[in-house]
Amino acid sequence: MQELLALDAHALIAAIRRGELSSREVFDTYRERAASDPLGAYLWVAESGRPVDSAAPLAGVPVAVKDIFCVDGVPTTAASRILEGYVPPYTATVVELLEAAGAPLLGKTNMDEFAMGSSNENSAFGPVRNPWDRERVPGGSSGGSAAAVAGGLAPWAIGTDTGGSIRQPAALCGVVGLKPTYGACSRHGMIAFASSLDQAGPIARNVRDCALLLRHMVGRDPADATSVGLPEDVLVPQAERLDGVRLGVVAELMGEGIESGVRGCVERALALAEDLGASVEEVHLPHAPYAISAYYVLAPAEASANLARYDGVRYGLRVDGDDLTAMYENTRAAGFGAEVKRRIMLGTYALSSGYYDAYYATAQRVRTKIVEDFRAAFARVDLVVSPTSPTVAFRLGERVSDPLAMYLSDVCTVPMSLAGIPAISIPAGLSDGLPVGLQIAGPPFSENRVLEVAHALEQALAFEGVPREVEVKPA
Amino acid sequence: MSAAVGERVEFEPVIGLEIHVQLATRTKMFCSCPLSFGEEPNTRTCPVCLGLPGALPVPNSEAVHFALMIALAFGCEIAPRALFHRKNYFYPDLPKGYQISQYDEPLGRHGRLGDVRIHRVHLEEDAAKLVHASSSGRIHGAEASIVDFNRGGTPLVEIVTEPDLRSPEQAAEFGRLLQATLRRLGVSDVNMEEGSLRIDANVSVRPAGSSELGTKTELKNMNSFRFLERGLAAEIERQRALLDAGEAVVQETLHFDPRSGALSPLRSKEEAHDYRYFPEPDLVPLVPTEEMIARARQALPELPAERAERFQRELGLAADAARLLAFRFELGDFFELALAAGDGVDARALANWTVNELAARVGDSDPAASPLTAEAFAQLVSLVQQRRISAAAGKDVLDRLVAAGGNPHAIVEELGLEMAASDELDTIVEEAIRENADAVAKIRAGKVQAVGAIVGAVMRATRGRADGAEVQRLVREKLGL
Repeated sequence: MQELLALDAHALIAAIRRGELSSREVFDTYRERAASDPLGAYLWVAESGRPVDSAAPLAGVPVAVKDIFCVDGVPTTAASRILEGYVPPYTATVVELLEAAGAPLLGKTNMDEFAMGSSNENSAFGPVRNPWDRERVPGGSSGGSAAAVAGGLAPWAIGTDTGGSIRQPAALCGVVGLKPTYGACSRHGMIAFASSLDQAGPIARNVRDCALLLRHMVGRDPADATSVGLPEDVLVPQAERLDGVRLGVVAELMGEGIESGVRGCVERALALAEDLGASVEEVHLPHAPYAISAYYVLAPAEASANLARYDGVRYGLRVDGDDLTAMYENTRAAGFGAEVKRRIMLGTYALSSGYYDAYYATAQRVRTKIVEDFRAAFARVDLVVSPTSPTVAFRLGERVSDPLAMYLSDVCTVPMSLAGIPAISIPAGLSDGLPVGLQIAGPPFSENRVLEVAHALEQALAFEGVPREVEVKPA
Repeated sequence: MSAAVGERVEFEPVIGLEIHVQLATRTKMFCSCPLSFGEEPNTRTCPVCLGLPGALPVPNSEAVHFALMIALAFGCEIAPRALFHRKNYFYPDLPKGYQISQYDEPLGRHGRLGDVRIHRVHLEEDAAKLVHASSSGRIHGAEASIVDFNRGGTPLVEIVTEPDLRSPEQAAEFGRLLQATLRRLGVSDVNMEEGSLRIDANVSVRPAGSSELGTKTELKNMNSFRFLERGLAAEIERQRALLDAGEAVVQETLHFDPRSGALSPLRSKEEAHDYRYFPEPDLVPLVPTEEMIARARQALPELPAERAERFQRELGLAADAARLLAFRFELGDFFELALAAGDGVDARALANWTVNELAARVGDSDPAASPLTAEAFAQLVSLVQQRRISAAAGKDVLDRLVAAGGNPHAIVEELGLEMAASDELDTIVEEAIRENADAVAKIRAGKVQAVGAIVGAVMRATRGRADGAEVQRLVREKLGL
């Protein structure tokens, strides 16, 4: 059993192909652990998996899926009371693709309500705990997926990233998480938070597993008008050297607000990169300091419309009232948590007549400036590098009453989201015994390049401690 | 507003129309559900048109094609990059809490139909249908409301005119031209009662000759041209009375009740709203390519206004007949087929037979779908024109042709309808004079109208094979009148 848990997904697939393990054994082992989850990482666990042909690309290694992806017949709540008990009649394209590639659904993972949060404390169904220190948050919003992978409760998982929701929890839990280019993965069946930013992506123990999972998630989908797929197949990276690779350290994301332990790990990683043959120089993203402000106008604006459908009329929670307006108000007052309400109000305000130009239109212009900043940077370097999170995992409750401090958790990840470019977080070491994430980002559609470099660096960094196997008591 | 005592200021109405047209596409605007024609409620739905979590819109290319045809038919400028926006408001018939519509970058702008400038043409999705369990059928006072999502997501084109209309009659006439044009394009059923064509009107009045616009009100959803005309007339009269009394018109939305003729303020989702429009992030800009535009242009038939003009100019038809043949394009098509088939048939006679006799017999249906062929119709009109049969006999033959088809010459022969020759008619008239001695006596006594009895006898005897006017002339001649 312990041996099975020690294997990454590539090793599990190889063992299944060699007949040393059956996909059923793998599924059952993880299912049992997920069912006894001590971290609050799961909201629903599958009873059994479909038999999978060991020749299938993913050979039956099961995947944990953030509860934001609709799965036919499986409760899907986005960790909100307003969708408690909701069972979708169809399955998200990304989940269908993974199932078709031989990765059955292991369970639905906990998250911040409607993906709004950076600590997973905004779940209506309780927080997720960080397997490295259970008094600390796993990050968010894909906190359940990251904690499940880090804690050995899932071989791998998928999440969604709007402003850092894959990369930041991956960093805080010491695993690898990748946000693809906007449009690489279909959003069909993915419950919307901010449509122009939301992207699905993999969370795994290492870069190679991450690449393999991503390979089977991407593709243009006729059901999503904004999906484009990737121009080439995602390849599992092999590189060990970085000769000729030009890396740019983002000056604006290395200064104030970055913990010294985090900065230290990033600097050590850059030194290793140079050892592997890369050149490292400083680059500037002059508008990056405005990214958080722009993001917290644009994302809430889109969310205020995306969440209007939860009105008590057709599905989910309904709290009756004396008339239609009272029913709407009662339902949404009872169904949404505080952070979701805050963002709906922010977004509604930003779109209101008389404020649109000052807020929404200005934020869009900042977004364009940030796209231009990255374009200029990528004219000089191949990839840019920064910390993923300015801090290591913080304590549960530490930032719940300070939304601004919470929003700043995403200061390093939001610029890439606004630019729609691919970015990965890999563990770069420990600070105070807690994992630090290194972020590597590239131009649109440069996923293979990002994965290659991340893989080579990962080998050199030789991070240990994943899985951070949590003990589970048999159910 | 000052006017001399006792002098009523002349007011001029200013009217603009907002027209919603349901497109007759196979499927809905943003999903692949087939359009609904009275199916069981909520049977033509899917995650997209129900607004389920995670569902995404995908634009219908046929709807885009139809919208381009409409915009091109009006001679609009086509946007190089049209955008979809979200129009946000809460209502149970709007499952997403927003309608996907177009806002500051509509598909078409600056067009014209007839004398009226078209402000814009844009694409959007229809709302679902609400059924209110209340005596009035309106939401206020309803115990419960039921939502049928079959209609939700049906493609709509919204057409907004400039305020170029100056009377209710002109507005209704423009509406009919628009309806005929859209029918000709084949892009919609344009049925006002069923709601596939919906007209709202913005109306204000101002002192005649003024160039400023008065405060407008909006009249919603009048479901026939007659109601549009009556509603506008009532509202114009109401606004005139207000201004005459020195009161101001309040900008509001009104509901016209055609039964009572009353106008009442509409208090519903249409109240003043901040729709918080913003670009729809689930869709990419709609960029009509040269190919798309060329294909839409190629699909444009000759439109009613052009056709009516051509019928008058080239064929010398009267304005009324030309308009009817152009507006009811099936009649017009049949007329043109018959004109081409019957060599030498007179266009004006053929037009009159088409709009008066044929139209009365086929009702709203397409004459080409009846057993009557265009050739037979042309031959029939020629027979009447050449006075080989009487007009009355021609109508009887047309009855037979429309009901069962056939050759008009054969029917005329079979029924012996060929016009009586003049020597035969002479004999029959003389016989009738002999047999109606009492009528002749009355005529001699000065009661000239008794001629009718003799003419009637001749007509009976010839079983319609004689021309009434000719018989009248002969009778009078022989009696020396």
